[in-house]
Amino acid sequence: MEIMENLGVLLALLGAVLAALVAGIGSAVGVGMSGEAAAGVVTEDPTLFSKVLVLQLLPGTQGIYGLLIGFVTLTQIGIMGGSSEISIIKGLLYLVACLPMAFVGYKSAIRQARASVASIGLVAKRPDQFGKAMIFPAMVETYAILALLISILAIFGIQGLPV
Amino acid sequence: MAVVPMKKVLILGLKKERKHILEFLQRQEVLEITDEVAEDDLLKKMDVSASQAVFLRNAGQAEQALLVLDKYVPEKKGMLDSFAGRTLLTLEEYENLACRHGEIMKTASKILALSRTLGDCRGAIPKLHQELDALSPWQSLDLPLDFAGTKETAAFIGSLPKTYTSDSLAQALSERTDAELCLSLVSSSKIQTCIFILCKKQDVPSVEKALKELNFQKPILSSQVPALRKEEIEQELSTLEERIHSLEQEIISLGKIREDLKFVMDYYTMRAEKYQVLNSLSQSKNAFFITGFVPAKKASSLEKMLSDRYDAFVEVTDPGEDEEVPILLHNHFLAEPAESIVESYSLPGKGELDPTAVMAPFYYLLFGLMLSDAAYGLIMIFGCLYVIRKYKNLEPGMKKTLKLFLFCGISTTFWGFMFGSFFGDAVNVIATTFFNRPDIRLAPLWFEPISFPMKMLVFSFAFGIVHLFAGLGVKLYVLVKSGHLADGIYDVVFWYLLVGGAVIYMLTMPMFTEMLGLTFTLPAPVGILSAAAALIGLVGIIFTSGRESKNWGKRILKGLYGAYGVTSYLSDILSYSRLLALGLATSVISTVFNQLGSMLGSSIPGIILFLLVFVIGHGLNLAINALGAYVHTNRLQFVEFFGKFYDGGGKKFNPFAIHTKHYKIKEDI
Repeated sequence: MEIMENLGVLLALLGAVLAALVAGIGSAVGVGMSGEAAAGVVTEDPTLFSKVLVLQLLPGTQGIYGLLIGFVTLTQIGIMGGSSEISIIKGLLYLVACLPMAFVGYKSAIRQARASVASIGLVAKRPDQFGKAMIFPAMVETYAILALLISILAIFGIQGLPV
Repeated sequence: MAVVPMKKVLILGLKKERKHILEFLQRQEVLEITDEVAEDDLLKKMDVSASQAVFLRNAGQAEQALLVLDKYVPEKKGMLDSFAGRTLLTLEEYENLACRHGEIMKTASKILALSRTLGDCRGAIPKLHQELDALSPWQSLDLPLDFAGTKETAAFIGSLPKTYTSDSLAQALSERTDAELCLSLVSSSKIQTCIFILCKKQDVPSVEKALKELNFQKPILSSQVPALRKEEIEQELSTLEERIHSLEQEIISLGKIREDLKFVMDYYTMRAEKYQVLNSLSQSKNAFFITGFVPAKKASSLEKMLSDRYDAFVEVTDPGEDEEVPILLHNHFLAEPAESIVESYSLPGKGELDPTAVMAPFYYLLFGLMLSDAAYGLIMIFGCLYVIRKYKNLEPGMKKTLKLFLFCGISTTFWGFMFGSFFGDAVNVIATTFFNRPDIRLAPLWFEPISFPMKMLVFSFAFGIVHLFAGLGVKLYVLVKSGHLADGIYDVVFWYLLVGGAVIYMLTMPMFTEMLGLTFTLPAPVGILSAAAALIGLVGIIFTSGRESKNWGKRILKGLYGAYGVTSYLSDILSYSRLLALGLATSVISTVFNQLGSMLGSSIPGIILFLLVFVIGHGLNLAINALGAYVHTNRLQFVEFFGKFYDGGGKKFNPFAIHTKHYKIKEDI
């Protein structure tokens, strides 16, 4: 039963992949949504390009956080080099640790994109209010950051556990 | 310095000098015109919107002519030339060019006319090509296409939508009619067969019927022999091509007037702006009034200049208590770049302090903490310095932005070295991969956040508390300065006691210090003291934050709700964890790219791959994370910091000035 022997590393890898995958999907959907809105604004007023581009990119960070969690997990479990002997319990712990980033990343990216779309509409009508328009989507991102924080603290914490 | 104090001015001038005074004011760019003198029997406002519209139309024409020129004689522009500001004109140069505006406008109209003719010519070409295509199957016919027959005979010229040979066609026709026909095939292709049929006049109905059954179609009539017409069209086409070429050449030869056109566009924009002001001026038969705001520093020199140069009466007064004075910020050179950030939130409202000076250092530090890579910081520093050096006449707004990123870059470099990050772990990766020296690495001056995330988190929270307390401090300062010492104690000092006391109390509990990975735990007596302070703060808040209510029951309830605000402090402090998150994002992504690049090891393809991944990867990482740092620094400033003391709501000082695209004219007071 080779699979049982390696179940730990498999579970941990599943966690790493989920963080990158689910949060990445969220950001892809989000950046796509806000990109559509941004393109519409640029047809009307090409000078607003740089402003709406910033707003479009805001929901993109969840994907990066997902990548970050995925990468940190990969290094911790030794997939990027080194030994990859992880007990089943530890593997499960890594999987659980990755979940906040995966779920919160996914949902917050899409919700942030909706705020971004609204802000793009705001900038289209009142380009001078860009500073405020930027804040609304950034408020949503706070929760992605909190999830990232918990995921990352948990992952770093698991390494030292005697299980 | 902070908000620039303003004075009110009233200028009373003679109408005959109106043009000069207005142009002078427009060049000075120090006066925001207000429309305050009411109309009455003596003072009337003039309606010049018609001339203003003419100016705007002329400006539009010049702009269109410029676009035409850009199409045929593109201007050579470097990648960074969009940073270059407007060219500075002296007053004399301006006057010289202004005299020629009529002449330049004529050239502009000429360019537009040329471009229109060019468009017409281009439009005619496809039509001719279409006709040529329609004629091509008829080339071998030596009769005009509208030939109907002779006295005794009738002719049918047209096409059948099917391929026939002479025999198959003769057969198809003889099946349908027994008239005597003279049949000839002009041309035949896959989609159609062009035919010429001659028959006797009396047979016309039966032949017509037979042909109709075969879906006979007449071509577009032309009274010319197809071959001749073809030659004619070809002639026409080549003439058109020549004409297009000569028109293009003519437009290109006008290319050197581009600068003049730019000037004239600006000239009309300026005049339109002046007429906008003129519209709002109250004028009598011989005199006119201007009212407005001027920065106090400039007031006396403006007064002197106006009364020296013109027969004008100038009165400078202090603005009234309830007047909304426009806001202009002025700060020392370190804080100045952050003014644009304050402006994008909101300018200080009436009686508020300009927060720029307090906020600027925090801005640079926060940005640096989030980007925290020495190499990225150095790239920002040298990029900004290069542009500032190269383009001497940068627009003031652009210059401020560049300086903002210059300072942010310095801070980024600082924190980068503190945390030992230079293109992530590039130093170690390069040494290991290409020189086989895994022992070489850039040691952090302080610590590496990726190795000690808890330490970084604690530092982030500590920095956040300092930031928040600084915000509260500004509030205290404003309250004390305006004589509301009691309010200062209720709204600021109690919160200091509560939040500060609670934080210190936590540090005395081993559970917390262990969790945060601190090496010390404060002794118990400190805990008692801090708990007492927190309690005093809490009780104070409960009793005072509802102090506008007279009813004590209501007051305590409101006070309890006020004390509930402590949760907002908790979330504010937690919000600073983004310093850790964004800092880690930068360094982890750099690490990913460095690892990717070094995959092929130390070989020629390995070096090529490394360089490629390195340049693209780090370029991308810098762009994304600089954007992230910018957005989240703004958020921390706007939500957490400004939320403690700043409302804003001021109106920007918007002087009567030259708002042009290409040139600016300035004479100093």
